[in-house]
Amino acid sequence: MLSGQLNPQEFPVGESFSSLRRIRQWSRLREAVINRLLFACALVSIFTTIGIVVMLVAQTVGFFSKVSPLEFFTGTKWTPLFQPQHFGVLPLVGGTLLTAGIAILIALPIGLASAVYLSEYARDKVRRVVKPSLEILAGIPTVVYGYFALTFVTPVLRNVFPNMIVFNALSAGLVMGVMIIPMVSSLSEDAMVAVPRSLRDAAYGLGATRLEVATRVVMPAAVSGIVAACILALSRAVGETMIVAIAAGSTPKLTLNPLESIQTMTAYIVQISLGETPHGTVEYYTIFAVGLLLFIMTLLMNLFSQWFVRRYREKY
Amino acid sequence: MESNIASLEARRLELWYGRFQALRDISMVIPRNRITAIIGPSGCGKSSLLRCFNRMNDLIPGAIVKGEVLFNGRNIYAAGVDPTEVRYRIGMVFQKPNPFPKSIFENVAFGLKVNGITDNLEEAVEQALHRAALWDEVKDRLLKSAMELSGGQQQRLCIARALALKPEVILMDEPCSALDPVATLKVEDLMRNLAEEYAIIIVTHNMQQAARVSDMAAFMMMQEDRAGALVEYGPTSQLFTNPKDKRTEDYITGRFG
Repeated sequence: MLSGQLNPQEFPVGESFSSLRRIRQWSRLREAVINRLLFACALVSIFTTIGIVVMLVAQTVGFFSKVSPLEFFTGTKWTPLFQPQHFGVLPLVGGTLLTAGIAILIALPIGLASAVYLSEYARDKVRRVVKPSLEILAGIPTVVYGYFALTFVTPVLRNVFPNMIVFNALSAGLVMGVMIIPMVSSLSEDAMVAVPRSLRDAAYGLGATRLEVATRVVMPAAVSGIVAACILALSRAVGETMIVAIAAGSTPKLTLNPLESIQTMTAYIVQISLGETPHGTVEYYTIFAVGLLLFIMTLLMNLFSQWFVRRYREKY
Repeated sequence: MESNIASLEARRLELWYGRFQALRDISMVIPRNRITAIIGPSGCGKSSLLRCFNRMNDLIPGAIVKGEVLFNGRNIYAAGVDPTEVRYRIGMVFQKPNPFPKSIFENVAFGLKVNGITDNLEEAVEQALHRAALWDEVKDRLLKSAMELSGGQQQRLCIARALALKPEVILMDEPCSALDPVATLKVEDLMRNLAEEYAIIIVTHNMQQAARVSDMAAFMMMQEDRAGALVEYGPTSQLFTNPKDKRTEDYITGRFG
């Protein structure tokens, strides 16, 4: 401790030294209290996470005592609410990946292009206006996106694809893609802006054009941040609930056809949570198994992105 | 070798950043096969002037260049001149070594690739590394990251990267300021060798370095309104032993700056 190392001889008068020591002791006490208080705040989120995991695992163990894991992971029919009951989770996983895939197909090119524009092309003034405007997209409540998909995007798309179902994966995926554009663009842009000016100078000095500087120097140098942004956006899309619950349907189906009605893992959990499925039944336990699987999927994505950032972070 | 032929010539050159004038009325002829040093106190516009010679200032929003820079008799600021072509023929080495976070090979090949010169890439890379006196040190690890090299090696890699494009002029912006004395001497030796083929312009705040390596020297100073201007320009031996301008003498003898 700093105060312990102070040499009393450095203080000219004994009286002022003792009052100084009182102040020091008081501030040391205050530091200790603040330290513990902040630690307690950090513990809240850790304990919540642990609580959720324990609850999910415990209930899932109960579920797997009634349904074989083999059926759960390999079955291609999901009909827990009907007879005959089937507990193959693949249709839900497929629906989730289908909508998330469509979303990332939209968000990746548009988000990256916006990031390149903002970091390499836009003048400062333009950037100061466009960047916050893009981020507003992320602040729109997802329920608004949901009925926007259902009441606007779907009717428009049905003009193009007349045989499209009202509740379909395409509209939900497209709108979800728009929703996650700012995540891709904002985080990627942060990574690109962090690339030092000297690297751009080097490339310009060798006769590179602006586009070449962006694609061959800035983007490769920022790749860890860009990939992290995309995975974060993807895991957001996988976990997104409201849009798919409203616009994608509630028909679990293992299909790659985006014009069909599907059900995602999240939408299924909503359906059961809000429905009148009695507690304690196998049907009810399904949501914990599905929830745990969803949790593991997003956890793996986050772990992968953290590993990727560490592995490919450039030291300039 | 013929040295009287102009390689670059600035004529009444002015540089403005918005409403701030950074350079005033600079006229100078840069000879071929010689090393020209630009010296002067900090903030006098040495680097700004250097960046006028390959249009790097174009990249700074609000920068305006007036006057002319003739390169082989042609004004590089004329309408219709592609600045990327200017930068490709007039190479630049920067203050801090700034290799790309790529392999040694990719660093040297970068300029060739973006300019569409992909025939005999390996040969061109090897040649450029030879010229930059770096080949023997890196030939066994061309595919390793350039970031693993020492600072001095990185700077010679940056020189090799510029040489790969076979430029006619090489601009060096305090190329040794981030290097230790041994690495500095290596780069200076290299510059002397390169001067046999290229025109080199070096900005330096180190007067011993200017005296050691350069054939021609230009002394710049900031005027009252902070615009940089050329005070004296001539053969290095003359500028250092017999300066015509009192201010040059004061600076060289260490009375200010």
